[in-house]
Amino acid sequence: MSLYASIGGEAAVNAAVEIFYRKVLTDDRISHFFDDVDMDRQAAKQKAFLTYAFGGPNKYSGKDIRSGHAHLVARGLNESHFNAVAENLQSTLQELNVPKEIIDQVMAIAASTHDDVLNL
Amino acid sequence: MPVLQFEERKYSVADGESVLECLTSQGAVVPSSCRSGACQTCLMRSVDGTPPAISQTGLKPTLRAQGYFLACMCRPTMNMEVALPGEEVAPRTSAIVVNKELLNADIVRLSLRCAKPIDYRAGQFAHLIRTDSLSRSYSLASLPSAEGQIEFHVRRLQDGAMSGWIHETLGVGDTVEVAGPFGDCFYVPGERDRGILLIGTGSGLAPLKGIILDALRHDHAGPIHLYHGSWKPEGLYLMDELRQLARRHANFKYVPCVDADATDGILEGRADQIAFQDHPELKGWRLYLCGHPEMVKSAKRRAFLSGASLQDIYADSFVICTPR
Repeated sequence: MSLYASIGGEAAVNAAVEIFYRKVLTDDRISHFFDDVDMDRQAAKQKAFLTYAFGGPNKYSGKDIRSGHAHLVARGLNESHFNAVAENLQSTLQELNVPKEIIDQVMAIAASTHDDVLNL
Repeated sequence: MPVLQFEERKYSVADGESVLECLTSQGAVVPSSCRSGACQTCLMRSVDGTPPAISQTGLKPTLRAQGYFLACMCRPTMNMEVALPGEEVAPRTSAIVVNKELLNADIVRLSLRCAKPIDYRAGQFAHLIRTDSLSRSYSLASLPSAEGQIEFHVRRLQDGAMSGWIHETLGVGDTVEVAGPFGDCFYVPGERDRGILLIGTGSGLAPLKGIILDALRHDHAGPIHLYHGSWKPEGLYLMDELRQLARRHANFKYVPCVDADATDGILEGRADQIAFQDHPELKGWRLYLCGHPEMVKSAKRRAFLSGASLQDIYADSFVICTPR
């Protein structure tokens, strides 16, 4: 079974996306990056990211991730912010009682975006 | 083979192809990103019918009601006419002023009768257009009627070109053009037992009043709580009408709020802050936020963090046009 199917597919993404976004918005380390964004658009982006991290059917390329974060890198987005987002993702999945081995797979996909997100 | 009509051209859809694949493979420009129904970048609107349900998954109910869908998830089985958001041409009609009434020192109730009734939902907005093409957007405070009568609340702005003209010059019997409707801040029938929290400042009351009347007309059974704020008591309006409405409907509560000089029956404090103090837990509630852009922005965030789903938060910022 694919990772996306074993985690619960779109229903799992829907359950996770608002919990995850609330954590991100209330995390003082990173919330300032989200001050001036349209919340509906941002939630849709978070949903696309979670679909991707859950092994879902997105057709993202490294180039999409790079260009999508370039303006944030210009504003100082760095390693510590990347790690803060990863922490929030992990605690979201823990809250939803996702088994540890599946969380590990999701975190590995998230980690694989590191260089593209930070434009390295 | 189904055919798509898009921007004055026809596109035939190959077997199993999505609207997005069909249009982009034949040279049309449609923004997209994830192509899997998640990111909503490829949002489009069906102009002539209801799109397949699967292509509306995850969209706000008010967007679904207006025929919006995700092009990457829509595999047409019959002909469709589609458009990108914001590029549809709004219907336009002339309208005659049938009544003009001051609601407080700064806000006038403008009642118009449209030559051709516009098909709108209470809470949406429309453009008022003067003969010299000066145009501004105002919220519809009325319920749709067969007679085509519509109501706007127009606040007079300092040096406001349109609002000044409406307040001083426009008279009963005069004609303006109306184009619309626009916006996705309106009541969607169904789920009658859920709570509805409405927060407005100034003439942000206009769409909220329309939404409340629409909800009550649909026998909405859950609580409907309105917090209307202004800086001083004289900035509030329609107080008697709203208090009467609250007496007639046990589930409707009206809370007028002012920043300063509160008098009997009015609370002192910002409407959004008082509303959130009274409703610390908003899971399952629908929110309508209208008026001052800063209030709308911070209230949206606070409502979401208090447990409301983003799908259930409808907002309309009243952005003031600066004269050129």
